[in-house]
Amino acid sequence: MCEKNCKGPEADFTALAPVLEKYGGVKGSLITILQKTQDIYGYLSIDAIHYIAAKTGIGPAKIYGVATFYTQFRLKPIGKNLIMLCKGTACHVNGADLIEEAVSEHLGIGDGETTPDGVFTLNNVACLGCCSLAPVMMVKSADGEETFGNLTKDGVKAILKEIGDREKEVAAG
Amino acid sequence: MKVVVGQGSCGVATGAKKTSAEFEKCIAAAGLSVPVEKTGCVGNCYLEPVVDIYDDADALAVRYVRVQPEKVGEIVEKHLKGGEVVAELAISETDEKFLSSQKRIVLRNAGVINPESIDAYTAVGGYKSIEKALKEMSPEEVIEEIKISGLRGRGGAGFPTWFKWDAARKNRGASKYMVCNADEGDPGAFMDRSVLEGDPHSLLEGMTIGGYAMGANEGVIYVRAEYPLAILRLELAIEQARGKGFLGKNLFGTGFDFDIRIKAGAGAFVCGEETALIASLEGERGMPRLKPPFPAEKGFWQQPTNINNVETFANVPWIIANGGAAFGAVGTDKSKGTKVFALAGKIKKGGLVEVPMGLPLRDVIYGIGDGIKNDKAFKAVQMGGPSGGCIPASLIDTPVDYENITKTGAIVGSGGMIVMDETTCMVDMARYFLDFTRKESCGKCNYCRIGTKRMLEILERITGGEGRDGDIELLTELAEKIKDGSMCGLGQTAPNPVLTTIRYFRNEYEDHIYKKKCTAHSCKALLTFEITDACKGCTLCAKKCPVGAISGETKQKHVIDLDRCIRCGKCEESCKFDAILRD
Repeated sequence: MCEKNCKGPEADFTALAPVLEKYGGVKGSLITILQKTQDIYGYLSIDAIHYIAAKTGIGPAKIYGVATFYTQFRLKPIGKNLIMLCKGTACHVNGADLIEEAVSEHLGIGDGETTPDGVFTLNNVACLGCCSLAPVMMVKSADGEETFGNLTKDGVKAILKEIGDREKEVAAG
Repeated sequence: MKVVVGQGSCGVATGAKKTSAEFEKCIAAAGLSVPVEKTGCVGNCYLEPVVDIYDDADALAVRYVRVQPEKVGEIVEKHLKGGEVVAELAISETDEKFLSSQKRIVLRNAGVINPESIDAYTAVGGYKSIEKALKEMSPEEVIEEIKISGLRGRGGAGFPTWFKWDAARKNRGASKYMVCNADEGDPGAFMDRSVLEGDPHSLLEGMTIGGYAMGANEGVIYVRAEYPLAILRLELAIEQARGKGFLGKNLFGTGFDFDIRIKAGAGAFVCGEETALIASLEGERGMPRLKPPFPAEKGFWQQPTNINNVETFANVPWIIANGGAAFGAVGTDKSKGTKVFALAGKIKKGGLVEVPMGLPLRDVIYGIGDGIKNDKAFKAVQMGGPSGGCIPASLIDTPVDYENITKTGAIVGSGGMIVMDETTCMVDMARYFLDFTRKESCGKCNYCRIGTKRMLEILERITGGEGRDGDIELLTELAEKIKDGSMCGLGQTAPNPVLTTIRYFRNEYEDHIYKKKCTAHSCKALLTFEITDACKGCTLCAKKCPVGAISGETKQKHVIDLDRCIRCGKCEESCKFDAILRD
């Protein structure tokens, strides 16, 4: 295999050290390591995958295989606010597709995409388990996660506008 | 006196945290010293946020519903300070029926006790069952008690629990594992989340009893990462149980060691299958393998392993405390006990419902759920999620138990119950589930990987108005082959939503294919919009139409150019005179 891709990269992964120290030697911990890595960096970069491979001795191809198997893992960076739009059965029969349309209309992005300003990423998810409040979405940011239920097309736009305005204020200092 | 605010995920989503904070603020401002506590989800999600006021004898005095923060001041002022019940905010008699018509074994503590306090759990008899099992019963006697109870796996398969425990007990291994499947991946189901968030200690106790019965010293809970609150409360519960000596070494001085850890899943529906779950626990891609050997023989790290679902475990402490016979007295001959269902969809009163097995569907949907939203016509109920099927309105008197539901072509499954009305297109429902299973197929078996994709393409073609003669037969043929050609439950059951909708709603498929009509007026490609004489010529729809397909003079009836219409429905949404006819 090529020298360049398989060698540990120069990027700074010091934040990963405690994670690898705790789980690196415990067999069967790959998923946990990837979850912690994603918690720290927001996504799994190819560099991070190579770094974990070098430190644990697990092949990069295998790590990539696991990372792409599970829906939780992302290989691309995400926006500051991750919109997890529920597409569960109850949400589907209560018009989740219309909510997705409204989100796309408001933000100009589709499933899996990030707004150019890096404020929002839209991800459709299978089910958030708040079926009685369908349609539902969860917005995850550095402040934690917040769930919004009984969404309407106008309601979801208002929520996104509020978050967007807040982000603008923060950016403006 | 105390105030208890329901704070399951549903409650939190409707603002329960703000309500709770407001209570603390108002109570302090009023100079009172009433504690504000939290509890899990009581189940009537449609009434959230729910607030219970307990009297000085610690009995539930009043339940207030839909308590948004702005209503808190009034309750504090009138009730807490003045001792007068705010009648208009209290739960109504009809809403009380939602809970009183249920039989609660699994959810006995959910929405009642504080899930973040181990003392609250022990105060209602918690950890007494494990003490009884360890001190007074042999592992064989525990298994015998579970056998008498007739408890069957609540995750979907309905396999007798005692049999699995017994098999795992008899197999030898260097170590044994008790695993809890809390990867509630079935879209439209949230029974397990409610137990995890509302009564985590009952799960820990049930697992410990099972661990003792099978001879395991280690338990693992595989919980989905989409349930952050559940993980938080489980972590806290495990720590508390260790602190009290209910987990760890030498439990109750009997020499039995048992500890539990959490493993967060990473999002894969196929991990509900036990061999896939084990692969995932080992850090691999969650792909199933052939059985035998069964996990009871060679499971986690090739050691004897038993896997049960959250709801199954939550029943166990109750059975040990009250006896297997008491549990067996509830339900039907072959399906004992109760089952929790997540009632959602087009239902008036959605939420968590626990009923004795064998109760007719009608009693659940109309008796407890109060019928269909907006008084539309009931069309079908979907049970068992992507592995289940749609039960039509004509079978609404079917008793809800393993045998009778299976006869309809659906399955009890893990407990999702999605109600559908006349506006739900059954072909689209089938398409929705196939889209899900196609994405979630792990790809190991050709029939599951490619077959579900082909079925989805056919269903997309039908709902897109391009259905062809012979499509229904092709779907049926593919369905049978996928069932036969798939190794695990995911592929074997993936065609069920298609088969049941063809069985009961063939006319809808035929309307789509031959008449190019969607019976429920929901499939976009088959819709037409027309402006009726009710039009006042207000021009609003013409302004809203994104493609300029609507024309007409002010105060004159407008017309839609169907060739340009993209069927987005914006005109219908904007019309204030109900003058847009959708067909």
